[in-house]
Amino acid sequence: MGFTFVLLWTDAALWAMLLALAGYGYRVGRQEHLRATWAKVLRDPAASCAGLVLLLFLAVAALDSVHYRLALPASPGQAAGQVFYDSRTLSLLDGVLARQLAMRETSYSEPLAYLGMFKENLFRDGEMVRDFPRLLHGAAHLTDPRTQWQADLLQRSAAGLGTGLALAAAIAALAAWALRRQHGGALRAWRDILANRTHHPVRAWLITTVIACALGGVLVSLMGVYHAFGTDRTGNDVLVKTLKSIRTAFVIGMLSTLATLPIAVSLGILAGYFKGWVDEAVQYLYTILSSVPNVLLIAACVLMVQVALDKHPDWFETGAERADVKVFLLCLILGVTGWATLCRLVRAETLKLRELEFVQAATAFGVSAPRIMARHILPNVMHLVLITTVLGFSDLILYEAVLTYVGVGVDPSMSSFGGMINLARAEMSRDPLVWWSFAAAFAFMVALVLAANLFADGVRDAFDPRARALRPRRGLRRPL
Amino acid sequence: MGSYLLRRLAHGVLILIGVNLLTFLLFFTVNTPDDMARLNIGGKRVTQEQIDKWKAERGYDKPLYWNAEASGTAKATRTVLWERSVSLLLLDFGRSDSARSTDIGHEVSTRMGVSLQLALPLFLLQLVVSIAFSLMLVFFRHSRIDFWGVVLCVLMLSISSLFYIIVGQFLFSRWLRLVPMSGYESGLDAVRFLALPIVLSLLSRLGSESRLYRAMFLEEVGKDYVRTARAKGLSEQVVLLRHVLRNALIPIITSAGSYLPYVFLGSLVFESFFGIPGLGAFVIEAIGGQDFAIVRTMVFLGSALYIASNVLIDVAYTWVDPRVRLA
Repeated sequence: MGFTFVLLWTDAALWAMLLALAGYGYRVGRQEHLRATWAKVLRDPAASCAGLVLLLFLAVAALDSVHYRLALPASPGQAAGQVFYDSRTLSLLDGVLARQLAMRETSYSEPLAYLGMFKENLFRDGEMVRDFPRLLHGAAHLTDPRTQWQADLLQRSAAGLGTGLALAAAIAALAAWALRRQHGGALRAWRDILANRTHHPVRAWLITTVIACALGGVLVSLMGVYHAFGTDRTGNDVLVKTLKSIRTAFVIGMLSTLATLPIAVSLGILAGYFKGWVDEAVQYLYTILSSVPNVLLIAACVLMVQVALDKHPDWFETGAERADVKVFLLCLILGVTGWATLCRLVRAETLKLRELEFVQAATAFGVSAPRIMARHILPNVMHLVLITTVLGFSDLILYEAVLTYVGVGVDPSMSSFGGMINLARAEMSRDPLVWWSFAAAFAFMVALVLAANLFADGVRDAFDPRARALRPRRGLRRPL
Repeated sequence: MGSYLLRRLAHGVLILIGVNLLTFLLFFTVNTPDDMARLNIGGKRVTQEQIDKWKAERGYDKPLYWNAEASGTAKATRTVLWERSVSLLLLDFGRSDSARSTDIGHEVSTRMGVSLQLALPLFLLQLVVSIAFSLMLVFFRHSRIDFWGVVLCVLMLSISSLFYIIVGQFLFSRWLRLVPMSGYESGLDAVRFLALPIVLSLLSRLGSESRLYRAMFLEEVGKDYVRTARAKGLSEQVVLLRHVLRNALIPIITSAGSYLPYVFLGSLVFESFFGIPGLGAFVIEAIGGQDFAIVRTMVFLGSALYIASNVLIDVAYTWVDPRVRLA
């Protein structure tokens, strides 16, 4: 079957961001001081484990960022060689989860359930009875669910858990094998890992891997035949929705900070380097921006975009593209309205840097101002950029939920944590209570934000030595 | 002090003009007054006469930025931008753009009272609770209590405020039936309605605030005067409360002061979730109804409050630290 790749705006931006990250990784490998600082992050158990979890989330987001449209089967009146494509845009993740996407029920159902939530009129043995209907797909393989359900569930979970743990064990063995040189034999390395006597916190990494593999194994083995997290009002699998929300969170978290960078860094450096009226103008601009309540400014911009898009429905071929451009513009808006903080930091740092000897020397040698700013000042403010980017990531994910609630966030057709919480608000006041989409959104969002926060703390500690003194240390006695 | 305040005032007016210009540009680069009229009148078929009438009633029937037909200074003054900006700077907020066309000034003053009832106790409680909690962590620094306290803070700040609200409403209103789900009554009854939002809002911000204050206190604890205070035999409690707390007040005022505008503007999320008719809920309604007049007024009010609170913060510095002089 043919298909055509679709490059959505956010896909392009996300992949560009990942490429930039790879480029940064290459740079880190080449430069001694950067490598030393990142080694500190690696040696920090909390930060590196959080980074591992973030990588898992990122993998899901990346999988969800390759979009394509399938070719439709040729219809009779179609000219040869002409191909029509489906109007639905799919991602690789949709391809992986095709089975779950097809498992669509009619309405709510509880996690792992085999019965629907609402009673219906059913024909049973030629008689009309009012009872809970069997689900169309959830546990459809069971012939007599009342007796088989529990055993099947246990068996499948155990199988999934076993596979997950086996995978984790393989990874652990690989780790021990990789460390055999430094520790004199794989067995010794394994003992050192268990006693946490390794250079890197390998034990913590392995614990994270075991937890991730166990949870993932159970989920994967259950989601083929059950709705592991239940279904929502229209009968869609909640797990799929939650997984698809991860990409939205990443798009908002990464692209918004990316969008702030050009304005914030260039204006900050210009203001700090030239001082005088340039400085005054830049300060005036960012005071205006920071004095306006952020939500209002964003709301005004989003409404503006909304009107423009409504006026030109012909700009987009598919609904997905439209929703995507809206998210992309939302990121731009978040960036354009949120550059004041970083700009202030960069300006202050530049003011400090321009008085230092190496800049003075460059000026004395007659190096031009643009070149000084690009070669001597920019690399020295990059740590600020990095710290704000990682610190801003989790804030933006939380902010997305609020914005979507206010009605200026992500398009409702695109799944996002904010949208799920928004729906959950009504579901939590239903009777019987529908708690699973709320719980799923909660679990995934907290895991993602917590990981992002811990990672950001580690990065900040490594790059800003002053912050390291403020870490809580465990087990040390209070100095008297 | 007097000249300082005057200078800040002039600076503030300049910024307000900039803010006003910015909101105007934002709104009218894509939206024309015709679009706004069509949206606010509603319905499918809107005739040009209706639109013209709507525009005339609300003063949108002039050119936006530059009136080429007028002569002299009227070229600039007989425009929507000029008339709206001048009235706004004179604190005449006018009427809303929606069909009901309510008096914004009246609405703002009644709703601000409601918002204050929620936000002022919250602001004070927040300050007291966060400082107490972070001081406790600092007292037990480098111990398990400190470690797990910080873990708790990080966990709490990783949870969206929406989760606190939904879970809190479910627990206290639906399950335990302690307080009403949402709504508002004036007078003493308001306590029943405001208790839950205040507690939940407090919880949702406790993590980030305490962690921040803890960092500020720890920075002070490492300084020489603290060692001197200990050396002369003061107990740890006295050192923390009398020396560290007082010296850490400056950064605390800076960070707490940034919340001051929101004490008056109210919280968007909490007010609309709990059905409290404050300014935050007002803004959400205005955003939903694309009411430019209200949004612009609130933007203006927000930045005016921001500027005022910055001046207040500076004045507060002189109270807590006699070395600070405003000039």
